[in-house]
Amino acid sequence: MIGPLTTLLSCQLAGEVLARALHLPVPGPVIGMALLFTGLLLRGREAPPALHATADALLGNLGLLFVPAGVGVMLYLPVLARDWPPLTLGVLAGTLAAIAFTGRLAQRLLRGR
Amino acid sequence: MSELGEIWVYLAREPLAALTATLLAWIGALRLQRLCRRHPLANPVLFAVLILAAGLLLSGIDYRSYFEGAQFVHFLLGPATVALAVPLHRQWEAVRRSALLAALSVITGGLFAAAVGVGIALALGAAPEVVASLAPRSVTTPVAMGIAERIGGLPSLTAALVIASGITGAALGPLVLNLARVEDMRARGLAMGTASHGIGTARALSVSAAAGAFSGLAMGLNALASALLLPLLWHALAG
Repeated sequence: MIGPLTTLLSCQLAGEVLARALHLPVPGPVIGMALLFTGLLLRGREAPPALHATADALLGNLGLLFVPAGVGVMLYLPVLARDWPPLTLGVLAGTLAAIAFTGRLAQRLLRGR
Repeated sequence: MSELGEIWVYLAREPLAALTATLLAWIGALRLQRLCRRHPLANPVLFAVLILAAGLLLSGIDYRSYFEGAQFVHFLLGPATVALAVPLHRQWEAVRRSALLAALSVITGGLFAAAVGVGIALALGAAPEVVASLAPRSVTTPVAMGIAERIGGLPSLTAALVIASGITGAALGPLVLNLARVEDMRARGLAMGTASHGIGTARALSVSAAAGAFSGLAMGLNALASALLLPLLWHALAG
């Protein structure tokens, strides 16, 4: 578990350093994901089973990791109370329309591929 | 009485209590989800957030001191994001065949998401900084906050809207996709990741490996595309 965790943290660290050094608009962890993916492709074989296991353990509880930030939404209850029509409609209708639109578009584009 | 006071001081100072409360709320949320027979609306992130927010409000503990402990869970988001490379690599054969068209769907869908949010807010006469805070809400939090800053939004309000959009998409997205008759798991994953970033990806991963891989890909691509395109378009259209 320590090996794969070190791999993940190293990729994130490299990503954070690259993002800052090159003033990239994308956050370090997303660059770290691209780095790890490139590394796995270059390796050419299946990813090591231990990395699979650690990734699955982290991603199996991905929702939990959003909880502390999610509780922070309560700080915005006063703003929400004041501006609730555009905020709730923008979030609810905007997100659901985007999901339907992207899903339909992707299904049409990917048909037969 | 003073002993109780001392215990309270200890609990408030150390991360132990906030960490334990977060994990207990999560386990409770998973139980609730099972009680609801895993109905798509029964989203564990939403349940856990409600449980903890209610707890904080009732006990009068402020969010900042809670987060000081809970940040250890929050920190794992970084390595977990990196770990999304693993399912993507596992599904690479399927992804490679459709990479360009998938990217096109994500970029178009991401801009559509921003445009609808902005359109609704403008139509309802929202203040300019509220409109700008809604624009990047479908992008993963750190990128969304950066975009909000560059287009005149409020980064912290954006962070709250990002989370709310993620939970909305994770809870209602699968139902909407059923209504829109999107059956292709790749398309379902792309839609969830584009509109609801990591929280949508968590949901997609729990349904299908293919949907999860495409969702993670969509989250990363939308972060990149929106970070580059949204500020440019915003200034071109507003100025």
